[in-house]
Amino acid sequence: MRATCWMGTGRVEVRDVPEPKVINPHDAIVRITSTAICGSDLHLLDGFIPTMQKGDVIGHEFMGEVVETGKDVKNLRTGDRVVVPFPIACGRCNMCQSELYSLCENSNPNAWMAEQMWGYSPCGIFGYSHMLGGYAGGQAEYARVPFADVGPLKIPEQLTDQQVLFLSDIFPTGYMAADQANIQPGDVVAVWGCGPVGQFAIKSAYMLGAERVIAIDRFDYRMRIARDRAGAETINYEDTNVYEAIKEMTGGRGADACIDAVGMEAHAANAWHLYDKIKTNLMMETERAVVVREAIMCVRNGGTVSIAGVYGGFMDKFPIGAVVNRSLTIRSGQCHVQKYMRPLLERIQNREIDPSFIITHEMSLDEAPEGYDKFLHKRDDCLKVVMHP
Amino acid sequence: MQHTHVRGEGLAKGLGWFSIGLGLAEMASPQSVAQLVGIEDGARTRAMIRGYGARELANGVAILSRPDARWLWARVAGDVVDLSSLAAALQRDNADGRKVALGLASVAGVMVADIVAARRLGSHADRSPGLEKRKDNTLRVSKTFTINRSREEVYGFWRQLDNLPRFMSHLESVELLGNQRSRWVARGPGGFKVIWEAETIEDAPNRSISWRSLPGSQIDNRGTVRFDRAPGNRGTELRVLLEYAPPGGRAANLLVRMIGQSPDQVIQEDLRRLKQLLETGEIANSSGSSSIMQPAQPTGYGEPRMAGGRR
Repeated sequence: MRATCWMGTGRVEVRDVPEPKVINPHDAIVRITSTAICGSDLHLLDGFIPTMQKGDVIGHEFMGEVVETGKDVKNLRTGDRVVVPFPIACGRCNMCQSELYSLCENSNPNAWMAEQMWGYSPCGIFGYSHMLGGYAGGQAEYARVPFADVGPLKIPEQLTDQQVLFLSDIFPTGYMAADQANIQPGDVVAVWGCGPVGQFAIKSAYMLGAERVIAIDRFDYRMRIARDRAGAETINYEDTNVYEAIKEMTGGRGADACIDAVGMEAHAANAWHLYDKIKTNLMMETERAVVVREAIMCVRNGGTVSIAGVYGGFMDKFPIGAVVNRSLTIRSGQCHVQKYMRPLLERIQNREIDPSFIITHEMSLDEAPEGYDKFLHKRDDCLKVVMHP
Repeated sequence: MQHTHVRGEGLAKGLGWFSIGLGLAEMASPQSVAQLVGIEDGARTRAMIRGYGARELANGVAILSRPDARWLWARVAGDVVDLSSLAAALQRDNADGRKVALGLASVAGVMVADIVAARRLGSHADRSPGLEKRKDNTLRVSKTFTINRSREEVYGFWRQLDNLPRFMSHLESVELLGNQRSRWVARGPGGFKVIWEAETIEDAPNRSISWRSLPGSQIDNRGTVRFDRAPGNRGTELRVLLEYAPPGGRAANLLVRMIGQSPDQVIQEDLRRLKQLLETGEIANSSGSSSIMQPAQPTGYGEPRMAGGRR
């Protein structure tokens, strides 16, 4: 079958690889009909995620049709149309039973690697490094889906792939960012990043009662979508001092909640960018931390900073003093997708939101390298690439 | 299994090369280094920087030839010398304060990396918690896991000793001989086998099980497993204590080699598989998790992985 393979920093190729088979009794094999490139896949492309192997099949946002099930799968049948969540979760461990699915204790066969780096291991993830399981990903014709009774969500016929595909990751990820931001009616929420997760975080903040959402980015076309489709006010950080602007827009209080939808490869228009760039290049830190620092400075006293962007290691100049002395709350986590999928599917069915508004490019799987290039370099006003094997 | 990657070695080697690069620069062009860090150039400064260069070079070579925590700590000591020199320079009027401050920050950053690498290498040696090599050469491994199942279930599964090879990577079989006795077969690379008989010496239902090898075994060993109720309805806290008392024999040494240079890690992975098996009924398996590092692609072979979890 054809599959998108990571071939080293800056290189993805669509190659022929063996087709997956059922290995464990709770597995299902899914024939993929739609699969998307995630912003976090760009961290793979840029070489920011350790323990990748040349030839790894990547991709963790996918959906399709069940073509085979293991002998212990009860909830799915051949022919079912499903969206697959990116965290692999067993449903039986203490973490899963607390609905903290991305912390599943049983789905990462390489947990020891993550334990070396982080102390304890999170769940396994499709196509996202060996440290996170070494599972083949979903930018391919087929995928093996472990614990198929727990993850995949059946989709009613009348909804299109484009409407539901993002339940696999970015819609719940944006929603959880807002959910963790402790938004109260009347709040002003600031969202860093108008990429796909940022757009869903803006929408979700409104769903959860925010009165105003301010979005920060530097690409006009992305800010335009944030304004026109998601209803945010926007700040271009390249020509505006973000701290001053947010202070001004909130009557001097600061934002009630700040959401980081950018992560480890942040840019800034000031000296901090150079500082982090040099330190990451010298391997003296692993994250470019400008957004986290800025979000902490911009949130009001007693406010919440919610981090949805991906970070992997260690950052410098983390303003712990502001956190402690101003009673800030920091919330984060890889999204517990399984917890959010059903209620968000209902919101789609009730026409509260149509997640397809972020799609700018659709192409065949064989065009994956071009899709990555467009998405990475923001060419052709690219916001989200969906591929069809 | 032959080569075990030592934790922290990669970082240490990087720092070794960094030492060599910096040392060469300091020796070849002390004036540019002085300029770079903003201290006044002069004969004394140059001599001092050359001296530091020689130190860096020697240190770098030492780290690369044998990544050992001691050389990393030597680098930390060097960092302290650099920091104090720079701090002293900052006091002088003719120093470029901004550049010196930048230099100070850089050295401090490198020092953190040095400390991390030194501590990692140091901790690998033999201070790994859960693993203890005693004076009489007994190898003692203790590990604990919480399993989201009742004590009755976990105890019941373990008590059926022939279940052990389902999750213990170095066991091929455990055969129940009756009368509290059992025959254990462990296997290693190249099909090499170690066989011993054991007897259960204590069996407290739902609380603990202890066993020991019988006299005349190829390897003298004993083990205890304890089952405690985890607080807050979280199932069972399982604690395993294994002791291998190598009589100096070939078999014992081979067994120790078989379970690798980090037996605590092997037992850790064994118990992780037990947890997976009891909680989910299967052992997590990805194509990228076989004992030979290979790309995460569907292989189509897919026999459940039983080999050691760590390369």
